[in-house]
Amino acid sequence: MQRIGVFVCHCGSNIAGTVDVKRVVEAIRTEPGVIHAEDYPYMCSEAGQQLIAKAIEEHKLTGIVVCSCSPRMHEATFRKAAANAGINSFMVEIANIREHCSWIHKDVEEGTEKAVILARAAIAKLNLDTPLQPGESRVVKRALVIGGGIAGIQSALDIADAGYEVDIVEKTPSIGGRMSQLDKTFPTLDCSACILTPKMVEAAAHEKINIYTYSEVEKVSGFVGDFKVDIRKKARYVDSTKCTGCGLCQEKCPSKKAPSEFNRGLNTRSAIYTPFAQAIPNVPVIDTENCLKFKTGKCGICQKICAAGAVDYEQQDEIITREYGAIVVATGFDTIKLDKYDEYAYSQSKDVVTSLELERIMNAAGPTKGHLERLSDGKAPKNIVFIQCVGSRCSDGRGKSYCSKICCMYTAKHAMLIRDKYPDTNVTVFYIDVRTPGKNFDEFYRRAVEDYHVNYVKGQVGKVMPQPDGSLLVQGVDLIDNKQIKMNADMVVLATAIEPDPSVRNIATMLTASIDTNNFLTESHAKLRPVESPTAGVFLSGVCQGPKDIPETVAQAGAAAVKAIGLLAKDKLTTNPCTAQADILLCNGCSTCANVCPYGAISYENIQINDHGIREERRVAVVNNALCQGCGACTVACPSGAMDLQGFSNRQILAEVDAICR
Amino acid sequence: MKYSYYPGCTLKTKAKDLDAYARVSAKALGFELEEVEDWQCCGGVYPLGKDEIATKLSSVRTLAQARDKGQELVTLCSACYNVVKRVNEDIKNDENVRTKANNYMQLETPYNGETNVLHFLEVLRDRIGFDELKKKVVNPLTGKKIGAYYGCLLLRPGSTLKFDDPENPKIIEDFIRAIGAEPVIYPMRNECCGGYISLKEKEMAANMCVSIEDNAAGFGAEMLITACPLCMYNLNKNSQGKLPVVYFTELLAEALGVKEEVK
Repeated sequence: MQRIGVFVCHCGSNIAGTVDVKRVVEAIRTEPGVIHAEDYPYMCSEAGQQLIAKAIEEHKLTGIVVCSCSPRMHEATFRKAAANAGINSFMVEIANIREHCSWIHKDVEEGTEKAVILARAAIAKLNLDTPLQPGESRVVKRALVIGGGIAGIQSALDIADAGYEVDIVEKTPSIGGRMSQLDKTFPTLDCSACILTPKMVEAAAHEKINIYTYSEVEKVSGFVGDFKVDIRKKARYVDSTKCTGCGLCQEKCPSKKAPSEFNRGLNTRSAIYTPFAQAIPNVPVIDTENCLKFKTGKCGICQKICAAGAVDYEQQDEIITREYGAIVVATGFDTIKLDKYDEYAYSQSKDVVTSLELERIMNAAGPTKGHLERLSDGKAPKNIVFIQCVGSRCSDGRGKSYCSKICCMYTAKHAMLIRDKYPDTNVTVFYIDVRTPGKNFDEFYRRAVEDYHVNYVKGQVGKVMPQPDGSLLVQGVDLIDNKQIKMNADMVVLATAIEPDPSVRNIATMLTASIDTNNFLTESHAKLRPVESPTAGVFLSGVCQGPKDIPETVAQAGAAAVKAIGLLAKDKLTTNPCTAQADILLCNGCSTCANVCPYGAISYENIQINDHGIREERRVAVVNNALCQGCGACTVACPSGAMDLQGFSNRQILAEVDAICR
Repeated sequence: MKYSYYPGCTLKTKAKDLDAYARVSAKALGFELEEVEDWQCCGGVYPLGKDEIATKLSSVRTLAQARDKGQELVTLCSACYNVVKRVNEDIKNDENVRTKANNYMQLETPYNGETNVLHFLEVLRDRIGFDELKKKVVNPLTGKKIGAYYGCLLLRPGSTLKFDDPENPKIIEDFIRAIGAEPVIYPMRNECCGGYISLKEKEMAANMCVSIEDNAAGFGAEMLITACPLCMYNLNKNSQGKLPVVYFTELLAEALGVKEEVK
C-alpha cells in the first residue's frame, strides 16, 4: 500500500479563482492511500517545495500527487523536489487543475468538482506506480543543419565555432538561400551579396563545417543525441574534386533555354550551370532535363572542352549515412503561387511581377543587368504601383491568414530605391496597414514617404487590367478619401505572401517534428522555448518556424545553435524510463506493434518458453529501450494485451478511468 | 435528354430572343427543355437577409418540381441562375432556411436541396461538351472576333456558384471557339455593368458600361455576347454603342443553322 501525500496549489488566483482548493483537499482526504493533504498558494515556490519535502519526511510518504498546472510546466520541478526528499522521482503524479480545469471553467462549483475528479484519477494511478530508474544514452558530437540559407549558415557557424562538427545539407547546387537573391537589405540598404558572401565563404572554409550541396535528407532514424541520417547526394555529373570552376562549360553549352531558378524564371540559363557567380561550391551541375547529352545522347561538348576532365556523365546519386547528436532545421521559404489571384493579372502580363522578381530586376546580376525596365518591351516604367498583402492577411481562404511580416519593409525599400535612382518615376503603394516594428524600421518607412515622396494609398486594389496599349489600368480604392481610384501603371509589383518551403513537410515527417496548418514548424513553447521543436534534439532556425526578416533570422539561428551546443556539450543523456515492454507469456509475435511503432523500436526474437510444462520456441516482441519514446501506440494496438508502458500501464490508465467515472 | 427549364420573367418580356434561340438550339442539339409549371419570378436579386424566407420560396417551388421529375434544372438568365442556385445551396447547407422553407411550403416530400442547378452554358460544357457542339455546327462563324461579357451574376460568389474562375473565366471563350469564331480576351469581361444602379445613378452605370465597351473594342472585339438580360440592357442603353451586343444563344442558333426557325 502506498503512503500518498496530496498537495493542492492555488497558483495565486489562477486556480483558486475558480476552484475551491480547501474543498478539494477535504474531498480527497479519504481516498485510498492518502494519508496527508494540504494546500498552498504557490506550490512551485521554494517554500512550497520545502513544504512537500517536510511532509514526505514527516509522514513517510512513498508518493505524491501535486494538483497544479500542466505537467509540461512543473513536473520536472516536483520530481526533483521528491527525489531530493528521498523518494523515486517517478512516484510523482500531476493532476492538471489549471489548464484542464480552472482556466477553462467559470463556475466554481463545476471547477471544484472537476478538480476533485482529476485529483482522484491521479491518486488512483499513483497507487499502482512503481519506482523507475532512467537509463543513459550517448551524444554524438556532431550537428546536422538542413538548409543552407542565411539561417542554416549562421547556425552552422555558431555551432562550429563552439568546436563541434557540423554538416549542412542544401538541396540546391549552392548555399546562400533566398538572401543571395536579394539586391539590397533594409533598413540600411547595404548590398545583400556583400554581407552574405563573406558568411558563405567562412562556412565553406571552416574546418568544422562540411557542406553537402545538391543533396537532400532522405531518411532519419534514432533519437536525441543519436540520430542516424541518410543523405542523398544527387549526381552533379561534375567531379567536384577536379572542377576548377573556370565556367567554360556553361559558356559553351548549346542548351541555354532552361529557366533560371535563381532569377525566378525571368531569364534562362545553360543546362550545365552554377546558379549565380558567387555560388559555393563553384562547381556546376548538369540539369538532365535540359541537357542534350542526356536527352538525345548527342552533344557532350562540356566534357570535350573541360580541361580538368571533371565532367562525368556516368556519375550516380550517392547515399551518405552519418550520425548526429542534434538537428537544426533551416528550410526557409518561398513566395506563394499566384494562380488564385488572377485579378492582379500576374499570369496575363509580364509587367506584373512579384517583389522577389523585382529584386532580381534591380540586381546588377539579374535578367536586366540591374536596369529597371518592363519585361514586356524593355522600356523604363514611369508609373509603378506596389500592391501590399497579396495573399497575406487573407480571410477568404485563397491565401494565408497570417501577416508575412517582411513585405511592408521591403516595399518601402523598393519604392525608395526606385525614387532615388529614377527620380522621375511615380511610385504608388497600396496598403492595408503599414507595419514597421523593428529597430530603425519606422524611420525607414517615413523616409520613403517624406523624403522620397512615395505615394502611399490606404486601400486595396480590386483589379489590374492590361490595356490594349500595353499599359496596366489599376483599379483600387482610397479608404481615407473614400473614393474609387483608377490609375495607369507601366509596372505593378505584388508583395506576395511567403510560405514555408514545400520541402519542409517531408522533412517534418522524417523528424516526427510537428507543423501547423500553414506548414510552419511548431515550437515547443511559443514564448519560452521558441527555437526548439517538441521533438527532442530538433531545433528551428529561420522562416521555417514563422515569417522573419534577416536580423531576426540571424538572431534565431544563433539561438538554435546555442540550444544545439547545449545538447552536444553533454556526454550522456538520461533516457525516459517510461518505455514499452512485452509480456513474453502473452505475446504471440503477430507484428501488430512493430507495424504501428513510429520509431522502429520493436523487433522479434525466437525464444524458448516453458508454458505450463510445455517447452516450445515462440516468436516474441522485444523493445529497444533506447529507441522507444514511450508514445504508447503499441500498447493500444496489441491484440493480446502483452504490450505495456512502464509508468503508464494499462492497469494504471484503467484505474484513472475508473476513478473519473466513479 | 430532358431538363426542367426555368425561363424567368425577363425571358417572357424583354429578353424573348434569349429564350427562343435557346429552345431551337436545344432541339438541334438533341435535348429538351421542359418548362416547369406555374413558375414564379425568382425575385431578381438574391436576398442577403439571413432571416429572409418568403423571397426564397419561389426558387424552392421550382427546385422541388424538378426534383419530383428527377430532372436537372436549367436556367438561362444570369440573375435567375444566381438566385436559384444560391437558394438551393442555402437549402442544402443551412438547416434554419431548410426547416422554415419546408414549413411554409408544406410539400408532399420536403425539399432538401436534391436538384442540380445548371446554367445553359454548363449544359453545353458539361453535358453536351464543346467538342460535340463543334461537330454539330453547320454554319461556323469563322473570322468573327467576339468578346465574351460575363458580368458578375454568373461568376460570383465563386465559392457558391462554382461556375468558373471568377477572376479569369473561360467558359464563354470556349463556347465562342466551339461555334467557330475567335474569342477576344479583355480584362473587363468580368466587371459589373452597373446592374440596377442604372435606375438611380445613370452616370455611374454609363461610366461602367463605356469602359467595358472601350476595353473590349481596344482589344479588337467586333461584338459582345452575354447571357444576362440586365447586362444587355445596360450595355445597350448606357454605352456609346460602339459594339453590337447579342445573346449568346442567338449566335448558337446561327451556328447550328436554326436561327431562321425563330420568328
